[in-house]
Amino acid sequence: MSTPGTVESVHKEPVAVIGVGQTKHVAARHDVSLAGLVREAAVRALADAELTWADIDAVVIGKAPDFFEGVMMPELYLADALGAVGKPMLRVHTAGSVGGSTALVAANLVAARVHRTVLTLAFEKQSESNAMWGLSLPVPFQQPLLAGAGGFFAPHVRAYMRRTGAPDTVGSLVAYKDRRNALKNPYAHLHEHDITLEKVQASPMLWDPIRYSETCPSSDGACAMVLTDRAGAARSPRPPAWVHGGAMRSEPTLFAGKDFVSPQAGKDCAADVYRQAGITDPRREIDAVEMYVPFSWYEPMWLENLGFAQEGEGWKLTEAGVTELDGDLPVNPSGGVLSTNPIGASGMIRFAEAALQVRGLAGEHQVPDARRAMGHAYGGGAQFFAMWLVGAEQPGT
Amino acid sequence: MPRQSRHARDVAVVAFAQSDHLRRSDELSEVEMVMPVLHQVLAATGLKTGEIGFTCSGSSDYLAGRAFSFTMTLDGVGAWPPISESHVEMDGAWALYEAWVKIQTGEADTALVYAYGKSSPGSVRDVLTRQLDPYYLAPLWPDSVALAALQARALIDAGETDEPALAAIGARSRAAAAGNPHAQLRGAVPQGGYQVAPLRTGDCPPIGDGAAAVILAAGDTARRLCERPAWITGIDHRIEAHGLGLRDLTDSPSTRTAAEHAGLFDAPVDTAELHAPFSSQEVVLRKALGLGEDVTVNPSGGALAANPVMAAGLIRIGEAAARIQRRESDRAVAHATSGPCLQQNLVAVLEGDRA
Repeated sequence: MSTPGTVESVHKEPVAVIGVGQTKHVAARHDVSLAGLVREAAVRALADAELTWADIDAVVIGKAPDFFEGVMMPELYLADALGAVGKPMLRVHTAGSVGGSTALVAANLVAARVHRTVLTLAFEKQSESNAMWGLSLPVPFQQPLLAGAGGFFAPHVRAYMRRTGAPDTVGSLVAYKDRRNALKNPYAHLHEHDITLEKVQASPMLWDPIRYSETCPSSDGACAMVLTDRAGAARSPRPPAWVHGGAMRSEPTLFAGKDFVSPQAGKDCAADVYRQAGITDPRREIDAVEMYVPFSWYEPMWLENLGFAQEGEGWKLTEAGVTELDGDLPVNPSGGVLSTNPIGASGMIRFAEAALQVRGLAGEHQVPDARRAMGHAYGGGAQFFAMWLVGAEQPGT
Repeated sequence: MPRQSRHARDVAVVAFAQSDHLRRSDELSEVEMVMPVLHQVLAATGLKTGEIGFTCSGSSDYLAGRAFSFTMTLDGVGAWPPISESHVEMDGAWALYEAWVKIQTGEADTALVYAYGKSSPGSVRDVLTRQLDPYYLAPLWPDSVALAALQARALIDAGETDEPALAAIGARSRAAAAGNPHAQLRGAVPQGGYQVAPLRTGDCPPIGDGAAAVILAAGDTARRLCERPAWITGIDHRIEAHGLGLRDLTDSPSTRTAAEHAGLFDAPVDTAELHAPFSSQEVVLRKALGLGEDVTVNPSGGALAANPVMAAGLIRIGEAAARIQRRESDRAVAHATSGPCLQQNLVAVLEGDRA
């Protein structure tokens, strides 16, 4: 080992995803408790990795606010269900980006060689409570998120449309694409077999310009991954996905200089990930993107924020079909957050679906020959960002 | 004897600050409570927010009474330009652990860690019942004092302690806190009547509001920022089963395992800062950590003198580190706990360079 004390002297352990497990996401899982839900995803991730509970050194769990289920610090109660008894267990909470942040905290445990094999899991069981109320508790002297997430984000979509001159048809194209992609994903919540573009466009206006069919559903679900080091990856029965870069960035909720259309924290986060992964031209070098798009217009917005399109040009990629499953840069082949939204898990699903793509295990929604894929999550007032880039090859090889 | 870290990088606590812990702080928002301690640790190191490599915080939405409560305190940090930042819905001691891991990866050289909690707006005894199994236990509302009393009763029945010994722990803690200007209960405090037998008022922590912040730094950066850094030579945490019927309440195997992995038993310690909100829990922790009478336990007064929920564990690490920085300790153990009856425990071993 080299001399401690300088950043350059530290060589991180490469981190591999060798197990992915999800529940079938639905509006209400009345058949399982919270513990039953998380265990289902964890057991599937372990089965994918062909490991047992005894092989897991630590557990990192994430979810969005505790008020969504009405359980304070549920990791305490869930320790038994996740085989964590006697092990380290961390609970991450970074608002809507939490699923991504949780995976990154778990990956760091392996990268730092603190643990060799880590189970990470994120969940939400929205049917236990009511997310709208969970976000609307009045607190004196503090600004709540206004009328749920849609009320907060709709003005920023309007600002994007005005700034770029995007035609108002773009949002429905995204929703139509993601809902069709979801039909190929057996775990997706919404399976709208009779979906048409006309139906999306005819759906009721909720928060102008966001229509009902351009919003995410409320889902119950969990997503789990098994992360491990080189030795663990060498024993993996199926191809691993290697983490080539990962980063988090945060900025304040409200301040005069904030660009809600394209937050600086998102740009900085992506730039850090590309630097780590050696990506100079994301549009050409990345084969698939799992992007956090809870309202359809966020696809063109994030295409620009993440550097896949020039400023003002994101909607043109969407309109030209570039982001379709058979397009040049498939975005949300799984169906995305628009089709499945167990809030706390949604970010981890993006990360996990990116891993499935480069492992070649995405089934019917597989992007052919995907070698590098990006997972993206954001949360709060578009202020918390978490991203990773995974590849089929071990980094540095 | 040279100091020996078990990890790739030497990481130290280089600054620590805490608020005065108060029974009520009606006039302060959480942001206003956190800002002074952030400014103090930054001033102590001369670092600016933009020079910090990683920021991590610990807090609880349930205490704050609203979702995403930590977004407001992030505004107080001044996260502009954007910062590398994360949050644990846990005591700040676990935020410090996440930051320590981040520095171990080499992605950061310094970290700002902070935590805060206001218990005064509600009934913290009732609020903490919401931590319990939501289907079988939480509907019964068994409060934190009642659960701790079960543990105390088990200890007394096992012959490990008695009520006068517990009273002495409370008295010793508050006597020690007389020298701690931030503590909430200081000096001679009446033992009082039973809260839930066998625990009397003096065996229970005060309910209050408070915040704390720590700056971590690696290697030469730590030496540059601090005359005598408190090196974290080991840190680990473990969780136990949730169901109280599945656990031996007179013991804390998770604390012992964490201590083993943190290297506590490799050499003696002179100081212990234990997060034992109830006097009876100090008995359990002393046994698990193998602390003899020669070890100075909770010279700050510990959680019996001030227990700002979500920050009290981080404060134990800060107090232990501050003692090392003041050359009052060479090797100290700090402990944090979470959950009912010591369900989850973190142990950190801190050492100062021997001159």
